Amino acid sequence: MSAEKLEVLEKSKAFWNPNKTQFWQDVGVDLVIDKREGYFLNDMDGRRLIDVHLNGGTYNLGHRNAELIEVLNAGAKRFDMGNHHFPALARTALAEALVGCTPAGMKYTIYGAGGAEATELAIKSARNATQKRKIVSVIKAYHGHSGLAVKTGDERFSKTFLSEDTEGEFIQVPFNDLQAMEDALKGRDAAAVIMETIPATYGFPMPHEGYLPSVKALCEKYDALYIADEVQTGLMRTGEMWGITKYGVTPDIMIIGKGITGGMYPISCCVVSERAGQWLKQDGFAHMSTAGGAELGCIVGLKVLEITQRPEVVSMVRYVADFIRAGLDDIQDLYPDFFIGIRQNGVVMGLEFNDPEGAKPVMRHLYENGVWAIFSTLDPSVLQFKPGILMTQGLSEDLLRRVEIAIGRAAAEVQGSGRRRAG
Amino acid sequence: MDPAIAQLVDISGSDAAMRAHADMVLERARWASQVFQRYDRDQTLKIAQAVAKVAFAKAGDYAQWAVKETGFGVAEHKKLKNELSSTPLVEFYEDRDFVNPRLDERTGIVEVPKPAGVIFALVPSTNPIATVYFKTLCALMTRNAVVMCPHPAARECCVDAALTLARAAEEAGAPEAVIQVVERPTIPLINEFMGSEKTDVILATGGTAMVRAAYSSSNPAIGVGPGNAPVLVDETADIAAAARHIADSKAFDNSVLCTNESVLITLESVAKTLKQELKKAGAHICSDDETKALRGYLFHERGFNVEAVGRDAVWIAEQAGFKVAKSVKVLVARIGLIGVGEDLSREKLCPVLAFYVASSVQQAVMQARSLLRFAGAGHSAAIHSTDMQTIMDYSAAVEAYRVVVNAPCSQGAAGFDTNLAPTFTIGTGFLGRSSIGENIGPQHLVNWTRIAWHKQSDHPASMLDIGALSHPGPLPKAPSDGVPGESRPKNAGGAARGKPADDLREQIRKIIVEELRAVLKD
Repeated sequence: MSAEKLEVLEKSKAFWNPNKTQFWQDVGVDLVIDKREGYFLNDMDGRRLIDVHLNGGTYNLGHRNAELIEVLNAGAKRFDMGNHHFPALARTALAEALVGCTPAGMKYTIYGAGGAEATELAIKSARNATQKRKIVSVIKAYHGHSGLAVKTGDERFSKTFLSEDTEGEFIQVPFNDLQAMEDALKGRDAAAVIMETIPATYGFPMPHEGYLPSVKALCEKYDALYIADEVQTGLMRTGEMWGITKYGVTPDIMIIGKGITGGMYPISCCVVSERAGQWLKQDGFAHMSTAGGAELGCIVGLKVLEITQRPEVVSMVRYVADFIRAGLDDIQDLYPDFFIGIRQNGVVMGLEFNDPEGAKPVMRHLYENGVWAIFSTLDPSVLQFKPGILMTQGLSEDLLRRVEIAIGRAAAEVQGSGRRRAG
Repeated sequence: MDPAIAQLVDISGSDAAMRAHADMVLERARWASQVFQRYDRDQTLKIAQAVAKVAFAKAGDYAQWAVKETGFGVAEHKKLKNELSSTPLVEFYEDRDFVNPRLDERTGIVEVPKPAGVIFALVPSTNPIATVYFKTLCALMTRNAVVMCPHPAARECCVDAALTLARAAEEAGAPEAVIQVVERPTIPLINEFMGSEKTDVILATGGTAMVRAAYSSSNPAIGVGPGNAPVLVDETADIAAAARHIADSKAFDNSVLCTNESVLITLESVAKTLKQELKKAGAHICSDDETKALRGYLFHERGFNVEAVGRDAVWIAEQAGFKVAKSVKVLVARIGLIGVGEDLSREKLCPVLAFYVASSVQQAVMQARSLLRFAGAGHSAAIHSTDMQTIMDYSAAVEAYRVVVNAPCSQGAAGFDTNLAPTFTIGTGFLGRSSIGENIGPQHLVNWTRIAWHKQSDHPASMLDIGALSHPGPLPKAPSDGVPGESRPKNAGGAARGKPADDLREQIRKIIVEELRAVLKD
């Protein structure tokens, strides 16, 4: 490690986040991201990594996508964040564009600065519309870290801050368990069910056939709204614009973040139906956000929507998904005892390993072989594997080659240590 | 998609947007080409045949559309050209194998085909649909992906034709987007495509500027230079037949094929009869005044008047200021000079034929040679003669890579009335500043990896001795877990992916090979 990098790490511990900085050193990922372009990250000491973490799809179109840089630069000649109190050109344009590409019935866009704020907006809107407080989410769900959002998720993130739900307003049920969902809803006291279409931090367990539509039906039956968290499954990552429509569900509220501005100028969007957004007609000042819907972000967001819906992109996603799957199937045949499952919808993928912490050594060996993918925080047996939708054929092939080597090494390591443990 | 963004911040003209557009189309083509290389010969041929069939059926409609859109040429001739560039083209190459390995039994060298990959194909306005058909089918026969780039003047018909063929290809099982088209070509965008490292080869047919730009792009290019074919008629020729062929050729699609005869060179002893026969065949012999008017109309300071490209003889005469009978198909203009100083000895993509009388066969041959050195080097020439030595002397002298004998040059050099390879891309070779000197065909879109053993060692003696290429075919569709009908059962393994069938086929192949070996040894 270079002296320069060592210094950055020391200062990072001193001024930023000592534990997190140390964690990565401990798991063997001594990464300090410097230059980045396309689907490549470069460590400050020069190691190049193929990024299949993408910050949960933020870099869906690649790091520093040239068209997004261009539009951001051009936008900066005319706009800044704007004044959040006033009608604005870019905010309105993106809202209109979102109505044009989201499921029928979506009416208004309420803006935030990040995904958690969009979750807050979704929950607040649902509570206002139904005049009920209870929010149902899935065990191991993840919708952000702010006040209401963090209560919908795992206690891993709320207890530290004494921010877990103590009022019984946030109910969590197992994923793919319809009976539990119905039990949570049948008191008719729930404002909404909030669901990641495919729970990311939980390692992308896939919804069973019919599960999501049935949840939506239960919502209708018991007068709760359906909030689709499309942060990681939207924007063509499943091969369709929104993962939720692929599963045949028309939500009442959608949460869109991360990739919507390609990592260039953060904003998030909470898109609501007429009913869910009724407070916007009663008291539009009820929620304020200075950076929410920053106009430069909206300019970038418009371009992201345009790029994402190009016919070329739609077929590239299919090619990437099919090709990488074929390659992963072959790799699975090589290490069937260790690499035990592939969860997939489009380029949203989870690789399942036969060890409760199996994704961690895979992550480390991938890192050593020039690939950056991250384990699932709430299920470290699963590696989140999230290629970008514009992956080239050459890069996909290169990626698979590296993945095969890394999984092979991790398998040898884990199975070896397993034997030791057994002895 | 979104007018709002264009109103607020428009970057569509930026370098970044141009490059992103080219990158995306070319990367999509790369995916298609790489998947296409998994296909075996049967699958490949079936796709080419299916697309050719659709192309043939639409030949007439697109011929009319092209004439209507461009104003060039004759619909019924274009229909013929389109038809010839569809099913007959595939039939012509059906026996050639661009998919399987081959063995040179003398040297023991094994050759493995490697398709070019992504072809960027320029389409001229003069032969738009025939070129779209031709280049697409050449690409399909060799498992390449192609991006068509139409001339703006023929944009609409070309885009429609390319999309029709793309649909047909996909319906026949080709990988998605194996045929694409640049729907709004502009010069900067075309330059972006041509200069991109994602383009493997440019098939450049078009004006000189475009062809030279292709060669200057830094990418491999197969470009064709302009034509300016001389046609020699000597005393040994069947004069009436020669006149008929020449008139038919000049009238064919109003001479928009660059293989059309430009200057007729003949001898004093033949001139009179030839003129009479030309008249019978539908030509008008211009007076000196008419020739002068024609020259003034056809050539401007900047070169050939593009208004006249592919127009009929009657219309051109009228524009030049004289009237000819409605039945006239060709205007013949006598010239006394070839080369600098006589514009009528330049290429004319219209049914105007210059007519030069030489004093001897030797002089005629030298005039033909000088004509091609003046313009059109490496392209085409024609001769009407029965004297084998004259034909040889002529062919040796002219700087053309194809000499058509006793046949119309338009159709003959393009391989439709001769046994030359049928093509809409005429290689003009080194003489014409091009890379290939023969009629371009699918074989030019494949390179071969040559496997060579030590001279002293045993090398494969027959096809039974060499390994097999794997052709697993289309990429299996990835599951979308949880989506009804699109899930794959957990841990389905190979069975769900169609592998055993492949393995079985391979096993059977091996058994057969072993058995054959045993039989041959005995």
